[in-house]
Amino acid sequence: MSQITPRPGRIQRAPEGFLSPEQIREVSAGRRDFLRTAFASASMAVAGTSVARAADGDPAILTLPEHSTTLGRPVAERPYGAPSQFEAGLRRRESPGLTRVAGSSVSFSPLQGLFGIITPSGLHFERHHQGWHDIDPARHRLMINGLVKEARVYTMDDLMRLPSVSRIHFIECGANTGMEWGNVAVPTVQYSHGMLSCSEFTGVPLSVLLDDCGIDRKRAKFVLAEGADGSSMTRTISLDRALDDVLVAWGQNGEMLRPENGYPLRLVVPGVQGVSWVKWLRRIEVGDQPWATKDEAVHYVDLMPDGTHRQYTSIQECKSVITTPSGGQTLLDKGFHNITGLAWSGRGKVKRVDVSVDGGRNWRTARLETPVLSKALTRFNIDWVWDGSPAILQSRAMDDSGYVQPTYAQLRAVRGTRSIYHNNAIQSWKLADSGDVSNVQVF
Amino acid sequence: MSRFSELLLAGCLIAAAAGASANSNFPGVGRAATPSEVKAWDIDVRPDFKGLPPGKGSVEQGIELWEAKCTACHGSFGESNEVFTPLVGGTTKEDIETGRVGAYIRQDAPQRSTLMKVPTLSTLWDYINRAMPWNAPKSLSPDEVYAVLAYLLHLGEIVPADFTLSDRNIAEVQKRMPNRNGMTTKHGMWDIKGKPDVKNVACMKNCKTQITMGSSLPDYARDAHGNLADQNRVIGAVRGQQTSEGAGGGAAAPAPHPALELMKKSGCSGCHGIAGKILGPSFRDIAKRYKDDKGAESQLIGRVKAGGGGTWGDVAMPPQAHVSDADTAALIKWILSGSPEN
Ligand code: HEC
Ligand code: HEC
Repeated sequence: MSQITPRPGRIQRAPEGFLSPEQIREVSAGRRDFLRTAFASASMAVAGTSVARAADGDPAILTLPEHSTTLGRPVAERPYGAPSQFEAGLRRRESPGLTRVAGSSVSFSPLQGLFGIITPSGLHFERHHQGWHDIDPARHRLMINGLVKEARVYTMDDLMRLPSVSRIHFIECGANTGMEWGNVAVPTVQYSHGMLSCSEFTGVPLSVLLDDCGIDRKRAKFVLAEGADGSSMTRTISLDRALDDVLVAWGQNGEMLRPENGYPLRLVVPGVQGVSWVKWLRRIEVGDQPWATKDEAVHYVDLMPDGTHRQYTSIQECKSVITTPSGGQTLLDKGFHNITGLAWSGRGKVKRVDVSVDGGRNWRTARLETPVLSKALTRFNIDWVWDGSPAILQSRAMDDSGYVQPTYAQLRAVRGTRSIYHNNAIQSWKLADSGDVSNVQVF
Repeated sequence: MSRFSELLLAGCLIAAAAGASANSNFPGVGRAATPSEVKAWDIDVRPDFKGLPPGKGSVEQGIELWEAKCTACHGSFGESNEVFTPLVGGTTKEDIETGRVGAYIRQDAPQRSTLMKVPTLSTLWDYINRAMPWNAPKSLSPDEVYAVLAYLLHLGEIVPADFTLSDRNIAEVQKRMPNRNGMTTKHGMWDIKGKPDVKNVACMKNCKTQITMGSSLPDYARDAHGNLADQNRVIGAVRGQQTSEGAGGGAAAPAPHPALELMKKSGCSGCHGIAGKILGPSFRDIAKRYKDDKGAESQLIGRVKAGGGGTWGDVAMPPQAHVSDADTAALIKWILSGSPEN
């Protein structure tokens, strides 16, 4: 086979579009050389010249591409920009068979392809109970009533006049990784961990509004948040949370919330499972008892081995996952790789993330990238040289309370296998010598 | 009058009615809610039944309402698993006595119905009142909520066939809820400073002597999520695995047919699948049925607008009057052409 470059490791990043299904199957079967062959023939096809010519160098350099020799497209052709056509694979997706109707369902964020800690708004995961609406903000109202001196109504004009704050927080559905409680069920990190997103939210602290209404601090113990959609989603939030860092938010990543994420107003309840971040927020009621609403008495209750359900489990405990390399991906070659992933904790900041490549026998501490923020996703990276032999990759996060992310064995010893919610176990990805990565659970 | 000035005027009238607020920390921002406004939105019902409106409804009234408004999605006996998980099933007389659903303790519950889980009757009243029927939430009167709930409770053998549920006896019925003693709040995940129940230590070296493979993805599930090659970036250190036949690469996937979006936007996809029956027939079955019927197009446009049943089964389609004429026509054309996806 002809070598077309003195540094073979380099040339392997050939666009996948050049590959036939057969060639891709070859890579799965362990023949990583195929890319070189593929590249050589593709370059011939593109440049239309002989192998001898290709030996001079990379045709992507030697033959000027069209974008270097023609006029490009004008400004404002796309007044609201969109990702490159080559990024079409990364989008939110449903998990087939998980739910029965799309109006009460979930779409998952493509964590396998995201960088840093902010989720692009268009890729934020979705969970609706009764479909979504694009609500006219001029007609949206927020009411606060119950144990307050005066029940009050705010328009969006009112709310957006108030002193606002912007904060970066993760949101994770309580059922994230829920399909994996009993055994491995899904192929990729999108479906195993993709009910997870992180945004910069802008809004007014709920405490400011509660004070504005004259909250009865002696009697008040809980607040109820209620949505304006058909489900009028309701969730009880304890008063210490409500007065701490909860926001009534309209902004997300520099623009207004997306309709699927609650436009024009949603609650942001840092550290607490997503169902409490009530979308299309229309009302806050202050009270002295929890409400036991449908989504805190029938769902979002954790079934324990003794047959009881834990009610009002809310805090998302410390968790992490490697996003690349992850299930369903294939490493193109041995040699240097950056293992990267996300860590988070509903109780505070991520303090440390350790990574194992041998199924949990030995661990090395990863680099945490800045910013490292409380109740926000934290990106970790660690260098690794893959020697081509099978490996099992894991990450284990620790938060600033000292809590260490548990193993499946530890979690199941206490909570059994029948729960749906709050699975924060250490995730394992098996790397075969072919380069194929798959989802496994090891003990 | 423009809508803007209309709204502005409405706002002024309300502000005048409620009076300027003396309490606000932010002069000019927000206003007092009127009593009618609070009444209109404050619909929640708590476990102690605070917020429950007076009223009543019998099992018998419930049967009729259920057939008309609930059966389509939940089945005549609340047993259906098609649109949502079953509402009824899996509870016993003994559970009603003890207040603990035995199937959880015996660990032989294949599926968890609503009545197996819900500890508080207020939860069902509140939820049906605010959210059901799913496609017409908040359309039931309080008496209708009592009636359908009475029927639901009867299906679970919690109340007899001649029972009338009311605000006066609902607290008594609460004492028969099969899982009323099945919940606990003794855990560390409600309070942010709560004590975690699972403890790991951050061992670094020689933490295990043996690695046991517990579970891996079954082969049949490998392509259940589509072609993973199309769900990854086409550059970088990795590629997605080719899990089904196809072009691969992801970049050149053909654009989805615009009708797919329209079908979702118009709310058809809640009840119709392209290839599979949900509540209504699949679109491809509809195309098959009317394959040789020249008048089908205009006829079906009319039927979608007006709603109705009897052609495909007992379940009727609600009128789809919210969809514009042009959109309805486009959808029917697409359906009759076999609902191509690209
Ligand atoms: C068009 C379909 C549809 C109709 C009609 C309908 N429902 Fe539902 N129902 C649903 C769906 C979907 C859910 C789940 C919603 C969610 O995910 O939050 C649900 C949930 C429920 C629940 C809560 C179950 C649980 O375990 O969470 C109850 C109770 C219920 N419905 C009662 C009723 C009653 C009573 C009626 C008639 C008055 C009715 N439904 C009519 C689709 C329907
Ligand atoms: C709440 C559920 C529901 C929704 C929403 C719904 N349908 Fe239907 N649809 C049905 C049912 C049930 C039937 C079968 C009625 C029958 O047996 O006559 C049906 C039948 C049909 C038929 C066949 C009618 C016939 O006479 O053979 C068409 C065409 C159709 N629907 C199109 C649509 C379109 C287009 C939309 C969206 C604009 C829509 N439906 C929304 C439930 C629904």
